[in-house]
Amino acid sequence: MITVSSLLDGPWYERYKRISKLNIRSSIYDVTNRCNLRCTGCFFFSSGEHLVAQEEMDVEAWKAFVDREKERGVNLAILVGGEPTLHMDRVAAFYDRLPTYCATNGLIKVPRDRFPDMMVGISLWGDSATEERLRGKDVFSRSLENYRGDPYTYFLYTITPQQLGRTEPIVQRIADAGLKVHMQLLSNDEDADGYGWSPDQLAQVREEMDALLLRYPDTVISSRYYHKVLTSGEMMGRRFGWQECPSVTEALDDRDPQPRRLIRFTRWASDLRSVHRCCTSATRDCSTCKDGAAHMSWIMVNKRAHIRTTQDLQNWIEVYEMFAKLYRFIPW
Amino acid sequence: MIADNTNLAHSPDSTTRRIIEILIDELKLEDVTPDTFDVDLHLVDELGIDSMDLTAVVLVLQDEYGITIYEEDYPKLQTVREIASFVAAARES
Repeated sequence: MITVSSLLDGPWYERYKRISKLNIRSSIYDVTNRCNLRCTGCFFFSSGEHLVAQEEMDVEAWKAFVDREKERGVNLAILVGGEPTLHMDRVAAFYDRLPTYCATNGLIKVPRDRFPDMMVGISLWGDSATEERLRGKDVFSRSLENYRGDPYTYFLYTITPQQLGRTEPIVQRIADAGLKVHMQLLSNDEDADGYGWSPDQLAQVREEMDALLLRYPDTVISSRYYHKVLTSGEMMGRRFGWQECPSVTEALDDRDPQPRRLIRFTRWASDLRSVHRCCTSATRDCSTCKDGAAHMSWIMVNKRAHIRTTQDLQNWIEVYEMFAKLYRFIPW
Repeated sequence: MIADNTNLAHSPDSTTRRIIEILIDELKLEDVTPDTFDVDLHLVDELGIDSMDLTAVVLVLQDEYGITIYEEDYPKLQTVREIASFVAAARES
């Protein structure tokens, strides 16, 4: 029988034990249906998710809701939207009660006197010219200045096929600003011309992501195995898709056989009663999904499948550590 | 010579043996039998089981022994020996 300690040397075994006790239970919350941008490629608006529910306006109801979520076993609140920073009182309802991560476009700075250590993830679509084209303005320059040097902030860089060969200057700017970056790939929900991935482009972006991780190890929060799984859609001989995805809302998960999944995971709409199918767009073809968190979670929930060889298990540990860093369970 | 019965791996009682069988079956463990399974092996640190795995095992235990095991109890179920003790106590109460 293969055991963990038979595969790992002392330092790796300590790393394994540190993360194996974390037992992260996350859920995702639409804080609002509104946003101060309308970006091409944003699934929230393109798939009509902003119309699913009427926002709960009473902040006391938000506080009571978060208390119930805590009782349900959630220990990581992932705030999305719309743009969560349009409602700091709702953000505070989470932050005061649970470890909280706030996704934002970075135009409005989260006040650090109120949220000193809340992890902030800034969405990023590319260089300034790309941001102007896809988001209507150079959001990158603004968010870079708003969060320069902030130890609890990273950019979530959604790479598009149009960005191939152009990613390094972006990472260099982020490094120069003393910030971190994590990468995922665009899922072309709106079927925009030129934004779908070809197999050659996926191979190219994987090489590019690997090179960035090698050149900027203090800036890029990632792992080569994550790049491999994300770009290939394959893990341990299995293919990502609806039947494998771990990030399906538990109450809506009627898959048979039941795959390994995130326990208690729910993505709540902003009325605090309705739920979405999964962590991303319900209209998305899951076989083309390139969502980074979904692929990370896919790896994480399949731990025992990686207890096979030393390399497999080390790959799993690096991905889990990456997730734990991105959500502030362990330091950078 | 006095037999050393502190290592139940070599003489598991029926409950312990059944727990090991359930673990082997639910986790699809290879190259191990109820007679060779170390009852003090840490299930998380060494076998890599997570709460989803443990839930699968717990569901079988609850059915077979007519007991209730809450998720808050999971930290007390780190080894087969600990599970066997927990099951025994739950059956008595």
